[in-house]
Amino acid sequence: MAVAQIEFSKELQSFVEEWKDKPGNLIMILHRVQQEFSYIPREAAERLSRDLSMPLAKIYGVITFYHYFKTTKPGKYRMSVCLGTACYLKGGQGLIDEAESILGIKGHEVTDDGLFSIDAVRCVGCCGLAPVLMVGDEVYGKLTKDQVPEIIAKYKSLG
Amino acid sequence: MAYKNFILVCGGTGCESSRADDIYKELIASAEALGVKDDVQIVKTGCFGFCEKGPIVKVLPSESFYVEVKPEDAREIIAEQVVKGREVTRLLYKDDRQKDRIKVEDIQFYQKQFRIVLRNCGVINPENIDEYIARDGYAALEKVLSSMKPDDVIEQLKVSGLRGRGGAGFPTWRKWMFSKGVQSDQKYVVCNADEGDPGAYMDRSTIEGDPHSVIEAMTICGYTVGSTKGFVYIRAEYPLAIERLKIALKQAREYGLLGDDILGTGFSFDIEIRLGAGAFVCGEETALLQSIEGNRGMPIPRPPFPAVKGLWGKPTIINNVETWANIPVIITKGADWFAKIGTETSKGTKVFALTGKVNNSGLVEVPMGTTLREIIFDIGGGIKGGKKFKGAQTGGPSGGIITEEFLDTPIDYESLTALGSMMGSGGLIVMDEDDCMVDVSRFYMEFCVDESCGKCSPCRIGTNQMHALLVKITKGQGTLEDLEKLEKIGLAMKKAALCGLGQTAPNPTLATIKRFRDEYVEHIVDRKCRAGKCKDLVVYSIDKDKCIGCGLCARKCPVNCISGDKTQKFTIDASKCIKCGECFKACKFSAVVKK
Ligand SMILES: Cc1cc2nc3c(=O)[nH]c(=O)nc-3n(C[C@H](O)[C@H](O)[C@H](O)COP(=O)(O)O)c2cc1C
Ligand code: SF4
Ligand code: SF4
Ligand code: SF4
Ligand code: FES
Ligand code: FES
Repeated sequence: MAVAQIEFSKELQSFVEEWKDKPGNLIMILHRVQQEFSYIPREAAERLSRDLSMPLAKIYGVITFYHYFKTTKPGKYRMSVCLGTACYLKGGQGLIDEAESILGIKGHEVTDDGLFSIDAVRCVGCCGLAPVLMVGDEVYGKLTKDQVPEIIAKYKSLG
Repeated sequence: MAYKNFILVCGGTGCESSRADDIYKELIASAEALGVKDDVQIVKTGCFGFCEKGPIVKVLPSESFYVEVKPEDAREIIAEQVVKGREVTRLLYKDDRQKDRIKVEDIQFYQKQFRIVLRNCGVINPENIDEYIARDGYAALEKVLSSMKPDDVIEQLKVSGLRGRGGAGFPTWRKWMFSKGVQSDQKYVVCNADEGDPGAYMDRSTIEGDPHSVIEAMTICGYTVGSTKGFVYIRAEYPLAIERLKIALKQAREYGLLGDDILGTGFSFDIEIRLGAGAFVCGEETALLQSIEGNRGMPIPRPPFPAVKGLWGKPTIINNVETWANIPVIITKGADWFAKIGTETSKGTKVFALTGKVNNSGLVEVPMGTTLREIIFDIGGGIKGGKKFKGAQTGGPSGGIITEEFLDTPIDYESLTALGSMMGSGGLIVMDEDDCMVDVSRFYMEFCVDESCGKCSPCRIGTNQMHALLVKITKGQGTLEDLEKLEKIGLAMKKAALCGLGQTAPNPTLATIKRFRDEYVEHIVDRKCRAGKCKDLVVYSIDKDKCIGCGLCARKCPVNCISGDKTQKFTIDASKCIKCGECFKACKFSAVVKK
């Protein structure tokens, strides 16, 4: 039965090939898939289920257990606001509220232009710089609420 | 070629995020431009620990310690220090309590520290194995493989008194002995780098700054217990640490210190990296092993302990990053040397991630037996903004709060447990008068609700019930009976939950109810939050005697509920106020009052 398959890049295909027979490979492969698509599309999970001969239920069981894996597409710029203890005490919640009110989104929503989404994360390991906000891999530390608009504007202008 | 100067630039995550990499590149470019590139070696190191004041740049041999350096400062450092041999005084660290900018050996932050685990952090380039070797790196492995029997290694660990740094403080030698004693065709060695305590980053910095120390120790363990295969389970949220670890593994293989036939002794051992995926419970050892096996990270009842039956059913040693990093030093310097440091029951040092409301946030390593007062007030420089100390949380969401009257207790595993907290992995979070103890308990409980794996009902249901009660109290709807309920549920969870997460989740709440009962009662009876954190209990108003009618607050208010004019003064319509606190922050005359 020929089902239209989701496209995997060459690198991803060879990664799956390399890990296919290693015990305990699923989480490593899911990380690689998420790296490619920025989330784990259902079609990708279905393809993995075939490629790895693993029940789809098992794959979804794992995806949904771990906070790191996303099943919906995040914004182009993923803002992660730290709500670890150090950041919480120093006003991390205020950064989220500010970013949500500027962007007009809540929870896991994405802005209409697809540019931004906001995640609350638990400690990114820069607690010395609390409160911390990340956009993609870029870290912004020792922030106050007033700096949030500037950061958002910067990425908005990049488009 | 002999260099005249060495410049160390911090390449830890904290400093990198404040453009340390640009500083590094600028330094190199300036050295070239000024024609002194052969006089100075510029190295990117791991974290210096003093992250609060980053980016950090240190120049040797003058020991000049520069803080909050910007890329624009690079040229001056080269021009002054390398070319002319003069310090750039304006960049030196300045203590609030001293007038002048000072030298590194006078910085309070470093004075009481003693570095074993962090010995190489901020000293060597973690991406160059030669620098690790030059500081006695892999000497322990060489010694073990060439002159020690497995039982000798275990004996050394026993004499050293090393206990696990991941939280529970289990004697490391005993774990290794169990595993060694089991016959099996395969055994595994695992490094727990899942560091889930929110507000702690010791393990991250250790791997970023000195990855070989962990690799060397795991290899020693492989030899001792009879294993050929190791895993480092590390948080995916730590990309820089993962990268440095990959480089280190590759270099160790190239040098014949890892892989087949290590150092020509016939012993083989290799290490693979496995990524976590953002589940706190996976720091628990049985859940971690489930995760490496590619499953949902749910704990399983012990015994059997992993040392006997672990990964894929085989004997598995799991130790924490910091535990590992101690081991090469114990072998090279000797167990007796190590055992002299610390207290009767707890030997060596402990690394803490000191954060929260202290002046000097950062990583500190102190001998066991140091007091919290020394850590917070001497090393940490006291509370930010001259505020009043309220409590210090150790052990993260599993720990408890330690109050003023216990600050002089020498800390070790036993004393912290006796105080109703625990050592934990090393998070040390300082709170001041502006932090509400009920809100902090609610925060930790919310964390546990999110992170409970749901396998057992005492934890799945208990965390939710406790969280609901705490929310109720922070909203001013609590009753005194709720306090009893919290204690009852908490005690039941401690007894009945399957794993450490559920067993310790009630700790922050129980500890604050014990030490700060009056604050809970205030929330319940007086409907008041003295720290002003619980929004539902705060009322903003304007003191007419102080208000000069400037109108700034009204312009800041997002819901336009402040009105008035110059003569009338301003007032807040409390029914519309969303309690954002903007007016309170805006008023320069302290006329806005928060009650
Ligand atoms: C909920 C929970 C979370 C834990 N998180 C960690 C962790 O992040 N890092 C760690 O090293 N140990 C953690 N532990 C402790 C481990 O289960 C285990 O005891 C430790 O890795 C053993 O290493 P050690 O003997 O070197 O301390 C956690 C335990 C529990 C119950
Ligand atoms: S105590 Fe909590 S985290 Fe541990 S097994 Fe039970 S439900 Fe899971
Ligand atoms: S900012 Fe202060 S002084 Fe000015 S109008 Fe408001 S309350 Fe009055
Ligand atoms: S707290 Fe916020 S909403 Fe309330 S009066 Fe002040 S500025 Fe307006
Ligand atoms: S608590 Fe925010 S970075 Fe650690
Ligand atoms: S990251 Fe630079 S001092 Fe810690």
